[in-house]
Amino acid sequence: MPLENKTMKEKAKILDKEGVQRAVTRIAHEIIEKNNGIEELCLVGIRNRGVYIAQRIADCINKIESKQVLTGALDITLYRDDLALASGQPLVRKTEIDFDINNKTLVLVDDVLYTGRTIRAALDALIDFGRPKTIQLAVLIDRGHRELPIRADFVGKNIPTSKKESVEVHLLEPDGRDEVVIMEKD
Amino acid sequence: MSWTKKDLLGLEYLTKEEIELILDTADSFKEVSTREIKKVPALRGKTAVNLFYEPSTRTRVSFEVAAKRLSADVINIATETSSVRKGETLIDTGRNIQALKADIIIMRHNCSGAANMLARALDISVVNAGDGWHEHPTQALLDIFTLKEKLGKIKGLNITIVGDIAHSRVARSNIWGLTKLGANVTVCAPEMLLPVAIEKTGAKTSSNIDEALKDADAVNVLRMQFERDEGAAFPEQLDYFKRFGITGERLARAKKDIIVMHPGPINRGIEMSSEVADGANSVILEQVTNGIAVRMAVLFLVSQAREIKT
Repeated sequence: MPLENKTMKEKAKILDKEGVQRAVTRIAHEIIEKNNGIEELCLVGIRNRGVYIAQRIADCINKIESKQVLTGALDITLYRDDLALASGQPLVRKTEIDFDINNKTLVLVDDVLYTGRTIRAALDALIDFGRPKTIQLAVLIDRGHRELPIRADFVGKNIPTSKKESVEVHLLEPDGRDEVVIMEKD
Repeated sequence: MSWTKKDLLGLEYLTKEEIELILDTADSFKEVSTREIKKVPALRGKTAVNLFYEPSTRTRVSFEVAAKRLSADVINIATETSSVRKGETLIDTGRNIQALKADIIIMRHNCSGAANMLARALDISVVNAGDGWHEHPTQALLDIFTLKEKLGKIKGLNITIVGDIAHSRVARSNIWGLTKLGANVTVCAPEMLLPVAIEKTGAKTSSNIDEALKDADAVNVLRMQFERDEGAAFPEQLDYFKRFGITGERLARAKKDIIVMHPGPINRGIEMSSEVADGANSVILEQVTNGIAVRMAVLFLVSQAREIKT
C-alpha cells in the first residue's frame, strides 16, 4: 500500500464508509458459504491494513455464526522478492499467528491485490508455519495487473486501473476514516 | 526513520532514533526463533564472515545463529589458523574477504578502533563484535533490549554497572546507549578500575556497591577478567567478591524487583553468587535468547542499507 503521496491527487472515490462495510459483510457471507460453515476456519491478515480487514471479517463471521474465528497477523517483509531493490527501507513488523495452522482452512486477507507478489511472499511465509488444508485469498480491492498466476477467492470490489494510478485504502483504525480512492499523478 | 549506515561500529555513533529502530526491528525478529521452522529468507544468497582475532564462543555462535536464521551463508575464520599468522595485515585480510564477494564481516579484535579502520577501508558491511576496550555494540543492544522488555521503557531507569569498568567495552557501549535513551547510569568498581574522566560520559561513579544498588532498577554485572590480570590494578578474587560480589544478602537490601544481568560467562563466587545467578531476579539466559533477535536485526539493517546505497 503506497503511502499518501503529495505529488498524487485524488481521481475518484471507489468506496465510502458504507461501501467498505458492505464489502466486508459480503466477503464474510461468501467465506461461510464457500466453506459450508466455519469449522477449522482461520483468518490471517497481511500487515498492515490486511490485519484490520481480517479482524472486521472475523467480527462479521462471529456475529453470523455466533462462534469465534481465529485471526492472526503476517508480516511479509522478510519474504519479499524485491528486498534487494532500492525502494526505500521496509520496516520489519511483527508476525502474530498464535495457533496451529496445520489442516486449517486458512483465508489470507489483504487490502489491495495488484501484482500478486505480496501474496506470493505471504504463501512462502505461511508454508514455514505449517501445512493448512487449503489457503484461500480475500481482498478488499482487486485492481488487476497481475505479474504472477495468482487470483483472489473473495473480492470486495474489482477496479480497472492504469499502472500510473495508485489505489489507497484508508481504514478507521490506522487512518481515521474508511474509504478507498484512486489517486493519479498531478 | 530508516537505517542508512552500512556498518555497526558502536553506540557512540548512533542517534537515539537509530538505537530505537534496531530495538523495534529486533522485537519483530524475536518471533522467528519461536517458530517450528526458525528461518526466514531475508538474507538468502548473502555471505557473512565471522572474523575473530580474540577467542569468543558465545558472541560468535550468537552471530552465526542469527545469520543462519536469516538464511545467510556463514563462514568462520579463526585467525590462529589463518594467514594472519603469516603476517597479513587486517586491511589486506578485509580486502581479500571483500574480493570473495562476502557481504558482511563480523569482527572481534583486541585493538580499540580496529572495526572503524576496517569499515573505512571496505565497501562491504562491518559489524563490530567487540574491539579492545572500545565498544561491543550488540552486547549493549541486547542488554538494553532485555531491560526494555522487562521494564517497558529505558527513560528514567537507574542502571548500575559493576565490574572492571576501565577495561570493559561492554560498559562503554552500555553507557552510550543507556544515556542516549535517557537512563541514569552509575558505574561501580574498585577505584583502580574506574577510568579517568568517565563522568564526562554522563555516568555517575561509585566504589560502594551497596550504595550503587540502593535505587537501581537493574544491575549489569560484568565479568572480572582475571585471565587478563595485569598485576597491581587487579584485586584479589576473594577480596573482590567480598566488596563487590552480588549476593542474595546484598539484593535483599535493593529494590525488590531489581533485574540482574550478566554478559557471560559468569565467574560464580567472584562477580555474583550462584544463588543470584540462578535466582528469580536473574535474566541472564533471556539475554542470550534476545541476543539472537538483536543480531538478526543488525545484520538485516546493515545489509539493507548497503543495498539502498548501491
